[in-house]
Amino acid sequence: MSETGLFLDRVSIALNGRTLLSITHAVAPGEVLTVMGPSGSGKSSLLAYIGGFLDRAFSASGAVLADGVDVTRLPAEERHAGLLFQDALLFPHMTVAGNVAFAVPSLVKKRAERRIQAEAALAGVDLAGFGDRDPDTLSGGQKARVALARTLVSSPRMLLLDEPFSRLDAELRRQMRELVFERAKASGLPVILVTHDEADAEAAGGPIVRIGV
Amino acid sequence: MLTRLGPPVAILLLAGPILAGLAGTILPAFGYLPVLGGGELSPQPFRELAAEPGLLTSVMLSIGVGLAATLVSVIVVALFLAGWTGTRAFMRIQHLVSPLLSVPHAAAAFGFAFLIAPSGMVVRLMSPGLTGWTAPPDALIVHDPAGLTMTVGLAVKEIPFVLLVSLAALQQANSRERCILAASLGYGRVIGFLHTVWPSVYRQIRLAVFAVLAFSTSVVDVAMILGPTSPAPLAVRVVGWMGDPDLSMRFKASAGALLQLVVTALALIAWLGFERAGALVLDLLRDSGRRLRRDAVARTTGLAVMSVSSAVVFAGLATLVLWSIAGLWQFPSALPREISLRTWQNALPRIGGPLGTTFVVAALSAAIAVLVAVLCLAREGETGRTGGRGALALIYLPLIVPQAAFLFGLQFLFLLAGLNASLPALVLAHLVFVLPYVFLSLSDPWRVYDRRYDAIAAGLGASRLRTMTAVRLPILLRPILVAAAIGFAVSVGQYLPTLLIAGGRLPTVTTEAVALASGGNRRVIGVYAVLQMALPAIGFVIATLAPALLWRRFRALRV
Repeated sequence: MSETGLFLDRVSIALNGRTLLSITHAVAPGEVLTVMGPSGSGKSSLLAYIGGFLDRAFSASGAVLADGVDVTRLPAEERHAGLLFQDALLFPHMTVAGNVAFAVPSLVKKRAERRIQAEAALAGVDLAGFGDRDPDTLSGGQKARVALARTLVSSPRMLLLDEPFSRLDAELRRQMRELVFERAKASGLPVILVTHDEADAEAAGGPIVRIGV
Repeated sequence: MLTRLGPPVAILLLAGPILAGLAGTILPAFGYLPVLGGGELSPQPFRELAAEPGLLTSVMLSIGVGLAATLVSVIVVALFLAGWTGTRAFMRIQHLVSPLLSVPHAAAAFGFAFLIAPSGMVVRLMSPGLTGWTAPPDALIVHDPAGLTMTVGLAVKEIPFVLLVSLAALQQANSRERCILAASLGYGRVIGFLHTVWPSVYRQIRLAVFAVLAFSTSVVDVAMILGPTSPAPLAVRVVGWMGDPDLSMRFKASAGALLQLVVTALALIAWLGFERAGALVLDLLRDSGRRLRRDAVARTTGLAVMSVSSAVVFAGLATLVLWSIAGLWQFPSALPREISLRTWQNALPRIGGPLGTTFVVAALSAAIAVLVAVLCLAREGETGRTGGRGALALIYLPLIVPQAAFLFGLQFLFLLAGLNASLPALVLAHLVFVLPYVFLSLSDPWRVYDRRYDAIAAGLGASRLRTMTAVRLPILLRPILVAAAIGFAVSVGQYLPTLLIAGGRLPTVTTEAVALASGGNRRVIGVYAVLQMALPAIGFVIATLAPALLWRRFRALRV
């Protein structure tokens, strides 16, 4: 068992007494583990369990270790799991910069400093100068990039991706994939990608686990 | 966690006053009330009650008016939905009807009375041209002994309520697809809707319909304004005995309150029979396979009655405004000869106190209700369990148990505790009725909120409190304020709880307005009724404007 990265130790999720999935797997920093399966197979519940927000209707067991620390008993807000869903889910009542600044770790106390970090993160996804915009006025691709910047600026321990590219058209999808995987590798983040798109799995280049088949 | 307190507090606020109040009604009804010298149980109060002249008529009036008003409201709404769902006329009516929900019953009833009385607006508009009348005809329209005016007055006010709860249910019933399916099988629009959509809609609005029925069988203020007087419906008489200076009358009043409980229960049982009959008719029609494609008459009727009923409320309210600023206004004239603010000027010095009380009690009870509802809903999210049918029944309990039946007892308990006629007691009594409406209004938007926002915020390291205050509550600001405005409007409209718990020492605009009913000074009534509807309207304006201003920069939050 490696000390760095993410380790899923006999994680098992069941609904109404029926086991949906069981998985034991290590994900090294910068590596992408792709989980594939049909809808209803419980792949999103796996991310929910790791992130700490699994619906109580499910019963789950097994441990999640991040850099050797068992986070299974921690509340969601202490796990630092960066999440990307198929919708960007930008907070509709904050500006673009407000969304990103919300994610700047609380150690950074000064308002101005938080704002600077947010602007820098936006510039990192080619959205410099978009800070004052209403998120609802952005294009789909821009929203996705803001969501990525918001996640990365929070210094996450891991990235959990729930079909994050499926709403984008083919060209954007390719660009977003590259951007996300490149940033994850650069930051040394273990990534779990849930998808039913073979092209996603291929682009991820990491191990593939198939469930529910 | 604070949210843990939500459900128990809600149960205490809703069930506590009702159970304690019922106990406080039942004991004196059987002669037990040591404070007033009733030391042992006896059937004497019921004997006195039975000896009341015209008691059976009062009982029959309560049941008859309640059933008729409810039946009319439900049929009109069903017919309107069946004929017009998804059309432009439907949208227009929906926008027209929504604001009517906030109009207190008493104000709507006064408006209706001013409209249809022999010297009212309708007759004035037709006289003397069409009728030749130069003096008001001598007819008993308002307060008619059969309660027809009261029935119609209740129905026009309940139709908007039934329509709005049906709209919420309609969204979950796949009405569009089902109607298209029925049409493709050759069914007429109205019968297609009634066969495929209405049953699932009705199942969801059933408790709200029960609440309408219970309210209509036991209402006091509307009955005093529009209802028969000799004898009056049961609830009015019971409240009269309750207010009698002769304290020994209270035993009879308690027995009457218990009878009111039975009367409402009987009406509910009769309603269950109506439900069966309605289902049977629909079943027979369905099994006959008749397509009933020529339904123009039914469709037109639905739209016409719906439009007229909302127009009646609006016209009534306009008439109230007119009377409040009328100078000399002789009979056949449709408009006053002069406009004057004299009535307002004369009333203002006396109105400040009641206005302040109305505002403070409504604001406090709405704020507390929103807080408790938010805690309950947040708790529901944490545990992943909604209260289910049990919780829903509890929420509807205060709306289905007749007010008189438990408010009498509650008044006794507050008296014993030395709390009667105090602001906290009044807020507590209003909360029993405010909390259900606030909860019902907030729960749907709360439950459709995308909880992935919370997951993302938590993943970004935000604490639960920060996620709640910085993400969820701001996103839900509009529905929260709307729920608060509904709670505020419900509190403003409360007559009986205010009358009984405040004991005349904390009058509100509503108790003052109803007290003026027998005096018949239309100008002063107009002033109070206008204030009565203005307060809730201001609440809704704030609930609409505040989010629009706060979130003016954010398109997704605009409506």
